[in-house]
Amino acid sequence: MSEQIKADAPADDHGHVAVDVTTLDAELIEGASHATPDIAEYALWLGDDSLVLAQQLGAWISRAPELEEDVALGNVALDLIGHARSLLHYAGTASNRTEDDLAYWRTEPDFRSLHIVEQPNGDFAHTIARQFIVSHYLFELYSRLRASADETLAAIAAKAVKEVDYHRDHSTQWVLRLAQGTDESRRRMITALSDLWPYVEEIFRDDPLIDRLEGIAVRPSSLLAAFDAAIAPVLAEAELEVPRGFIASGGGRTGKHSEHLAFLLAEMQVLTRAHPGASW
Amino acid sequence: MTSTITPDTSATADISVEEQQFNDLIEADSRIEPRDWMPEGYRKSLVRQISQHAHSEIIGMQPESNWITRAPSLKRKAILMAKVQDEAGHGLYLYSAAQTLGATRDDMTDALIAGKARYSSIFNYPTPSWADMGSIGWLVDGAAICNQVPLCRASYGPYGRAMVRICKEESFHQRQGFEILLELMQGTDEQRQMAQDSVNRWYWPALMMFGPPDDDSPNSAQSMAWKIKRHSNDELRQRFVNMLVPQAAVLGVTLPDPDLHFNEQTQQWDLGVIDWTEFHEVLAGRGPNNAQRLQRRRDAHEDGAWVREAAAAYAMKQNARTQSARTEEMAAK
Repeated sequence: MSEQIKADAPADDHGHVAVDVTTLDAELIEGASHATPDIAEYALWLGDDSLVLAQQLGAWISRAPELEEDVALGNVALDLIGHARSLLHYAGTASNRTEDDLAYWRTEPDFRSLHIVEQPNGDFAHTIARQFIVSHYLFELYSRLRASADETLAAIAAKAVKEVDYHRDHSTQWVLRLAQGTDESRRRMITALSDLWPYVEEIFRDDPLIDRLEGIAVRPSSLLAAFDAAIAPVLAEAELEVPRGFIASGGGRTGKHSEHLAFLLAEMQVLTRAHPGASW
Repeated sequence: MTSTITPDTSATADISVEEQQFNDLIEADSRIEPRDWMPEGYRKSLVRQISQHAHSEIIGMQPESNWITRAPSLKRKAILMAKVQDEAGHGLYLYSAAQTLGATRDDMTDALIAGKARYSSIFNYPTPSWADMGSIGWLVDGAAICNQVPLCRASYGPYGRAMVRICKEESFHQRQGFEILLELMQGTDEQRQMAQDSVNRWYWPALMMFGPPDDDSPNSAQSMAWKIKRHSNDELRQRFVNMLVPQAAVLGVTLPDPDLHFNEQTQQWDLGVIDWTEFHEVLAGRGPNNAQRLQRRRDAHEDGAWVREAAAAYAMKQNARTQSARTEEMAAK
């Protein structure tokens, strides 16, 4: 069925993502190696981040401040769902589970997402602040992961980095507009940035898993300098300061989550769990 | 209305040269472009139709976006997101086409959220089950395609061209809807029941999408004379049902019309009586979700006002900066 959709889909750029996602399974199954348990755990880290963020952004579609943003946020969500599917599929090869087994049949403590992606959409400024932080981090991450000794991770990163580059630009433009638009938008942008900033530290925290995956995984702490360097000129132009304040406890990588995640999963998994064994 | 309002397209002494040129273009099946002279009625009729179509795309995002967060597999989630996002894109092209006729996007949006503009009534029905994502694709997008393919040849150029692109995407949408239902019909008893129940709810409203019967369609005759519209409501509805019957057989769903039968004489499927009272109720704003759909659009618009204001203020500041930089440059020379 997926091949049929591929052949009939429009050749222009609009809607191309749908074609990619429908053919993803076949492409990956052909080329996929089996992940080791450690690599699978690392793929879950990254896959869960993308999945949770995509789920949040998907909720904006039909509610965005303007139609162009329904399209843009939808595009970002679609890219992230694509990354999540590739990563979860790969993670599943270690335990003979599918991407959907992992997305729909794990409970909260088995998720590995960072707290920042679990933070609610809030107003548009909060969504943009979260996007700004996460996209800049993901860009640095995937840029380096392209050189991973693990071929599958390297291939996923090579595709993802180009898309995340666009997400980075989209959120940067909005940070500038909101920070320098009206008094209200500036106030909201400052609030959003200071609400999200406590969750930045967790992104760059190392873990024993990373020591075991030398040359395969990217060491989170090694990305911090590049992240700071990339956001500094944007914040300077926007006349925003890096917020100071508390650092959130985090713990997503070991299954300790924010209160928000359980609600998000309940909604995401409700239909699938009502029909065990069904195919969709 | 009757055919008495059909414009007289023959050359007579009492019409202007411009009007004669317009009539000749229509007669020759040529396209009218934004720069061309056109009768005020033609312009108004197009703005009404195109903006209603745009509004339908925008309101039409809602019943499906309901299921984005609950889609039962990641593949379905991705396809549904792409589909709803396409609809936002269609709304954008159509608003642009209406703008070439002098309508502004702000005015069109205001009319929509004030409840003054119409959009397709079909989107006032609820989507309580996942199978509705299948029925919307198969039946609603299917009906839309039957309506819209002839519009690709509409006499107004920008509209016809927007429709070419939209129709390409709609046919992908219809196939994915069919595929959702097929998967359900091949699944568990509960899934099959979910699919049949959904088809039962959407079948008649989808047939009503073609509009009232030809003898009760106020705007049709003029639109056909101007070649904005090319087939009558009943003609298109019949074409749609003829297409559905064999597809329903492949799916294994029953179309909820006990009177549906094949007419050997006409070689068409004759349908039972459509309950137009329901159509008029929904059209009058008393459908199951009219108020909710408008409220959500209004909320999105109002909640987003500060963002649009910020973007506009930022753009003005940027322009002013560029301008003053240019002035300084000139002064330096």
